[in-house]
Amino acid sequence: MYVTDHILPALPAPSDSKGVLHWLKTNLFSSPINIVLTLLGLLLVYKILPPIIDWVFINATWTADNSAECKGEEKGACWAFISNRFGQVMYGFYPPEQFWRPNLAGILLILLTIPLFFEKTPKKVILGGFVLVVFPFIAFVLIHGGYFGLSTIETDKWGGLMLTLIISFVGILCALPLGIILALGRRSNMPIVKSICVIFIEFWRGVPLITVLFMSSVMLPLFFSGGTDFDKLARAMIGIILFQSAYVAEVVRGGLQAIPKGQYEAAVAMGLSYWKSMFLIILPQALKLVIPGLVNTFIALFKDTTLVLTIGLFDLLAIVENVLGSDSAWLGFHTEGLVFAAFVFWMFCFAMSRYSMSLERKLHTGHTH
Amino acid sequence: MNQTNKNTEQPYAIEMINLNKWYGDFHVLKDINLKVKHGERIVICGPSGSGKSTVIRCINHLEEHQQGQIMVNGKEITGDIKQLEQLRTDVGMCFQHFNLFPHLSILDNLTLAPIWVRKIPKAEAEATAMKYLKRVKIPDQANKYPGQLSGGQQQRVAIARSLCMNPKIMLFDEPTSALDPEMISEVLDVMIELANEGGMTMVCVTHEMGFAKQVADRVIFMDAGQIIEENTPTEFFDNPQSERTQLFLSQIIAH
Repeated sequence: MYVTDHILPALPAPSDSKGVLHWLKTNLFSSPINIVLTLLGLLLVYKILPPIIDWVFINATWTADNSAECKGEEKGACWAFISNRFGQVMYGFYPPEQFWRPNLAGILLILLTIPLFFEKTPKKVILGGFVLVVFPFIAFVLIHGGYFGLSTIETDKWGGLMLTLIISFVGILCALPLGIILALGRRSNMPIVKSICVIFIEFWRGVPLITVLFMSSVMLPLFFSGGTDFDKLARAMIGIILFQSAYVAEVVRGGLQAIPKGQYEAAVAMGLSYWKSMFLIILPQALKLVIPGLVNTFIALFKDTTLVLTIGLFDLLAIVENVLGSDSAWLGFHTEGLVFAAFVFWMFCFAMSRYSMSLERKLHTGHTH
Repeated sequence: MNQTNKNTEQPYAIEMINLNKWYGDFHVLKDINLKVKHGERIVICGPSGSGKSTVIRCINHLEEHQQGQIMVNGKEITGDIKQLEQLRTDVGMCFQHFNLFPHLSILDNLTLAPIWVRKIPKAEAEATAMKYLKRVKIPDQANKYPGQLSGGQQQRVAIARSLCMNPKIMLFDEPTSALDPEMISEVLDVMIELANEGGMTMVCVTHEMGFAKQVADRVIFMDAGQIIEENTPTEFFDNPQSERTQLFLSQIIAH
């Protein structure tokens, strides 16, 4: 027989199992092969990184009045080219004297959004609702004009980063709720609702976005001949929204399927209606679960906006590639334009990705099903 | 029977008449006839797959029956959604796996239905919630999330959550089956206390025979979708009539 005579205390972990040196030893220099691979990797970094840094930063021309100042031996990137054409890069063919209007809309959006990131802001739901529902109309009035004495600036003048952001913002804003409704519909017990949703999703998921955009700008006007020729940008947006909502729907459906049936049963067993149990119980959990998938879709949507070039809308990439690329005063700085566009796209996508990770952490309540 | 509802027009809280149910081709409930008086405490037991859970899930229409009638407080259950939502506010249910809402704090779990279904002001709903959390002896956990609680605590929260709706009938679907042995008694204590207060109709599917002996007015034994035997706890355990019941009792007591 054995009976313990004392309870053992908890001790700290041995010190050689943590720290930088321990990490290096176990991860980079653990075996001869790993040592060789690590050294090769370092050599590769040494060969590639310095020239890139030279080109981007050290030898770059940041300010210049004309392209001649950028040219010459030992000259790196010509960022002066971007800053000289900054207005076009940001706003496309929007009249420069009206730049304050999109700027104001942007500042307004930032000011309205900042409080949403703080835990303690009162009436967050109302403010959030305002940003999502009312703000788009304010922004439209500001940027498009035609009211309150603002001159009308047609959407074919819109372009650059502004256009990219407008299309993405509206696309995400509308595709998410539509996708949620479609996902719920696809799981409905009602056969007609279910079939409509399945057909809708499978159709839009099955066609390429370029086709959708072409159809929206070339074929739709044929159907609505005369008078009802509505805006090209609006048509493109509708196409993108319908297209992306199908993807969102499938991502959300994946989340819905991961929620145990017991959650729904517990909700309805307390007398909650279908819609209340969905919006209060099921969707908050399902959406939290699919944040990575949703953000994936939104990042794809953000980058897919570059396809609007095919129907003659000039987003950021199109401006850099097609407008500035053929700018006779600044010929030969194609690479700079593309690198800049890539950097801007990457910045926004990276921000979305980081935000989604912080959101996941915030919503984690110590429970997985 | 210590408390009988004075409403003589509706003598029964639950009434099942020739209830039949199939899952596809599988006949899961066969001619169930069961009458539960107001304030009565019933324990349903039986081997797994006997249909005991299905019976109580039919009472709040989580399962649909194909033949026969179920009356709850004198009203027949149809598929009508409005009637169902009304019915379910009067019938509380506790599940084997608790089914707390993991994204909501304990307090929000308790106040959700009162606020959204009964339209009770938030402050009042929270006061009621705290009252019931005290009754199940975990008021200090109100601001935690379900994932931070032990199984026994979660089940007690689930009981409190049902009580917040002031149900006339409580259904328990194997409330202690998923618990660690050390936590079973804390949940049973709460249930026994609830039963001893009286006034509430309770239907429990459980294998806790001690609980059945202590509080049940009647024990119902089911096998293969059928009610095999129905008796007072004393008679049921001391003098089982059918062979199937005798076998069942000998098997669960042997260990």
